[in-house]
Amino acid sequence: MSDQHILLPEGSIEKLTTTLNLGPTHPATHGVFQNILELDGERIMKATSTVGYIHRAFEKLAERRPLYQITPLTDRLNYCSSPINNMGWHITCEKLLGVKLPKRVDYLRIIIMELSRISDHLICNSIVGVDSGAYSGFLYLMQFRELIYEIYEEVCGSRLTTNIGRIGGFERNFTNRAFEKLEQFLATYPKQLKEFEALFTRNRIFMERTIGCGPISAERALNYGFTGPNLRAAGVDYDVRAHTPYSSYDDLEFNIPVGKTGDCYDRFLVRNEEMWQSISLIEQAYKKVQEFKGAEAEVFHADSPAYYLPEKKDVYTKMEALIYHFKIVMGETDIPAGEVYCSVEGGNGELGFYLISDGGRTPYRLHFRRPCFIYYQAFPELVQGGMLSDAVITMSSLNLIAGELDA
Amino acid sequence: MALTNELIKQRLTEKFGEQLIDWVEPYGMLTFTAPKDFNLKVLQFLFDEEELRFRFLTDLQAVHYPDNIGEELAVVYHLHNIVDNIRIRFKVFTDINQPDIFSATALYQAANFMERETFDFFGINFLGHPNLIRILNVDEMDYFPMRKEFPLEDQTRIDKDDEMFGRELVFREQNKIKATLEADTKLN
Repeated sequence: MSDQHILLPEGSIEKLTTTLNLGPTHPATHGVFQNILELDGERIMKATSTVGYIHRAFEKLAERRPLYQITPLTDRLNYCSSPINNMGWHITCEKLLGVKLPKRVDYLRIIIMELSRISDHLICNSIVGVDSGAYSGFLYLMQFRELIYEIYEEVCGSRLTTNIGRIGGFERNFTNRAFEKLEQFLATYPKQLKEFEALFTRNRIFMERTIGCGPISAERALNYGFTGPNLRAAGVDYDVRAHTPYSSYDDLEFNIPVGKTGDCYDRFLVRNEEMWQSISLIEQAYKKVQEFKGAEAEVFHADSPAYYLPEKKDVYTKMEALIYHFKIVMGETDIPAGEVYCSVEGGNGELGFYLISDGGRTPYRLHFRRPCFIYYQAFPELVQGGMLSDAVITMSSLNLIAGELDA
Repeated sequence: MALTNELIKQRLTEKFGEQLIDWVEPYGMLTFTAPKDFNLKVLQFLFDEEELRFRFLTDLQAVHYPDNIGEELAVVYHLHNIVDNIRIRFKVFTDINQPDIFSATALYQAANFMERETFDFFGINFLGHPNLIRILNVDEMDYFPMRKEFPLEDQTRIDKDDEMFGRELVFREQNKIKATLEADTKLN
């Protein structure tokens, strides 16, 4: 007991450590999950994490739903970047059904996915700022999440849980107003992000606070199943977009930023750099979208009548369209039997969908590989021996999203 | 030589012979089935072998096949070789009455929560797991909800021969209310 920092008077029957419940509804957890900490003074001896407070049985629900009704469930996994989840689910379905997408749809999807990656990372990084005592960075960036949400709104009509796109493309073409807002975003966001970086990156207080806080080695991170920015901060350049390109990511140029120590500071830097990469990806994809001419410039979905809802005016006038409309809406389309694993690079890492179909109308089994759930188990190891206040920023810099933890 | 599915299959057959069965490649991912006592040996071999290097556990979950008597539960491992960028999947089947499977936690820390989740929903008993308790459901739960014997209400309505499109229960409830109302009027 020589490494104890607080000693009790002789003969005391009190235990030497303090138990502290961080969560389930503590403001510092940014979500509903609990950490039971054993504290010696302010130092953490042991952390035990409990999850499951917002478990909603998505995997069970999905077994009774036709494919298109599962999209709203995926919204609610990582709700900071729901379009990526939606797209990941559509890509999985398209892989199973063998739907080939036109290039324009791929690029439009990249625009939406990268926008949501930005909105995910900007929240995470500015919250790291808030938790370490610097509130202003949050206010600088938050208005741009609003702008991103307005773009979603133009595209699909909703903001947070988007249910964006359909199997085979988008439900409607992007409006001019959506592109205008996108241009506005591309023109103003880089300036603001630069300012945000100027506030934080070489800020002495922020550096002192985050360097060496919650570090993890590359080997441990891989063993713990880390993916995404948290793994890259530890120095492994694994990115699903580059390793298993989906949605025409291989047509575009981007770099994968990596860190070295895997601490909060490196995670912060990696996320910032990823935002710059995302901006460049959006610019490239937008340029490619603009290059389409004539009829090609109007394409926003694949030609797969069995899975993509026909246009409403065709439903009223054409028999086939009416039949397909009815079959899709009532969920009476049989899914081909098969077994498919498909993953996309979500905001927090590899978001995988393992779908087994037995030839019925609903999946036989669907499993979500939720990056958050898998890397959260490293949290006790990350914070052990550190200060209580370090645990709070470690938690926010891991970007733990309760929706993704529990599914 | 780049690592290919054929090469992986060859290496595994050299090591385990006829023990590994059901080789298929759905959508390009090599898939096979191992006997349930062999799961750790296969994982260890795939991990250690310098040529194979499957050192990243992507995913671990179970599937319930109630009609597959004696082999009702399948545990599915998704492994990834990040260096050569190749994925494989392998399955282990077990009896539902004695669902004991060796835990992979010693090899992969990542397996800890995933195995707890699998235990929570399918009741697979991972031998050697350090802390095999429920993770997402309440501790008091005494059944395993993802098993197929707990069906959800059928929303796809293939059961249309039921009274009122399969909404028998609502119909019965309405009848009950009607009967009570009639009884009330009689009393009055």
